[in-house]
Amino acid sequence: MLTKRIIACLDVDGGRVVKGVQFENLRDAGDPAELAKVHSASGADEIVLLDISAAHERRATLLDTVRRAARELFIPFTVGGGIRTREDAAAVFSAGADKISINSAALADPTVITQIAERFGSQAVVVAIDAKHSDGTSHWETFTHGGRSPAGRDAVVWAREAESLGAGEILLTSMDRDGTGVGFDCELTRAVADSVRIPVIASGGAGGAQHFVEVFREGHADAALAASIFHYGFSRLVDLKQEIGSQGIPVRWPC
Amino acid sequence: MIAIVDYGAGNLVSVKKAMDWLGQECAITSDPGQVEKAAKIVLPGVGHFASTAALGRSGLRDAIADAIGRGVPFLGICVGMQWMYERSQESPQTPGLGVLNGECERFPANVKSPHVGWNQLEGAPSSRLLRGVPQSSFVYFTHSFRAPVTETTVAVCDYGGRFSAVVERDHLFGVQFHPEKSGEIGLTMLANFCAL
Repeated sequence: MLTKRIIACLDVDGGRVVKGVQFENLRDAGDPAELAKVHSASGADEIVLLDISAAHERRATLLDTVRRAARELFIPFTVGGGIRTREDAAAVFSAGADKISINSAALADPTVITQIAERFGSQAVVVAIDAKHSDGTSHWETFTHGGRSPAGRDAVVWAREAESLGAGEILLTSMDRDGTGVGFDCELTRAVADSVRIPVIASGGAGGAQHFVEVFREGHADAALAASIFHYGFSRLVDLKQEIGSQGIPVRWPC
Repeated sequence: MIAIVDYGAGNLVSVKKAMDWLGQECAITSDPGQVEKAAKIVLPGVGHFASTAALGRSGLRDAIADAIGRGVPFLGICVGMQWMYERSQESPQTPGLGVLNGECERFPANVKSPHVGWNQLEGAPSSRLLRGVPQSSFVYFTHSFRAPVTETTVAVCDYGGRFSAVVERDHLFGVQFHPEKSGEIGLTMLANFCAL
């Protein structure tokens, strides 16, 4: 049976893994290459590395980090942050990434999704959407530049457009839940997952096994991503996957 | 030397990296001459079946067909495996190599497509590629079309019905999933291929 993926995310700044609470108050959590290996060995189904500083600076550092992390990683590896063009994507693929994740650049110029998909295949293109609930409405606004600027796009509509342009997956982050540990935004996830045929990765808010079970069951997510829950030993991946599996969700176990 | 065939579709770094890690001498190449001289051939592939048309234009198709005729071990991965069949519904006008019988087809409408993620293999213990791989092992798939189950199938996967996950006949091997992205299990299969 096709399993639900548990994805470990490494938020990287200047070559070090950090994790913010609602995109602020960064703490150092270690070496990306080291952590990628640890997560893979403890059962992560995939690794996502997001360069949270890359929109401004430090491209060379990122490529070096990707190269080091990819060297001994034999599970799918996605890299995002600051990728603007097909050439940026090509450099990241050459460094060893299997997929790239694009966010701000895709909103600024949606054709970049198609350009990368045509050259590297749709399976290599993840469109990341940072969404925030609009007060008093039943819709979610899309944000760019690490959650700093509203894009003026409804998240569900944007996800459908990204799919039609050649995106292979949607990485959907709830800005309301990011870093809070109170659970994924199942409503947002379901709204997007039910609107597209491509896989949707839920992100933002993971605090425990029950949250993963909920987002798979109620949010219709194909995969779920978390960062801080894994880095600081709040919850070991091995235990987490067994717990999720014991509640009837198909997971890859043993790995 | 193992030739990893580059026909301009997708990213071959992951396959190269896995071979390097296994200590295998290999090279990414788009040169038919180098493919002809290779001790083994790996044809990766992602994206659209139509992209395999480049193999015909560049002379790589003839080089591969010639090598296969001489008994050189060949491994097709993902679209590289689909190309071993006669054709695919994804691009009916693009001919496959036709060393395996049948046509690749799309998934039924009742399942999400593409099929992305870790799914299980049910296979034959006698397979040389699957030596040391336990039953029901998980491997990583990402594809929108699939190959039929035929007499060359040695492992199937179930997603909206059973399809060929591993095919094997003499020195010809094909895998629908990505062994280079399937952890220890995938590396075991690549090591088995390299050891032939």
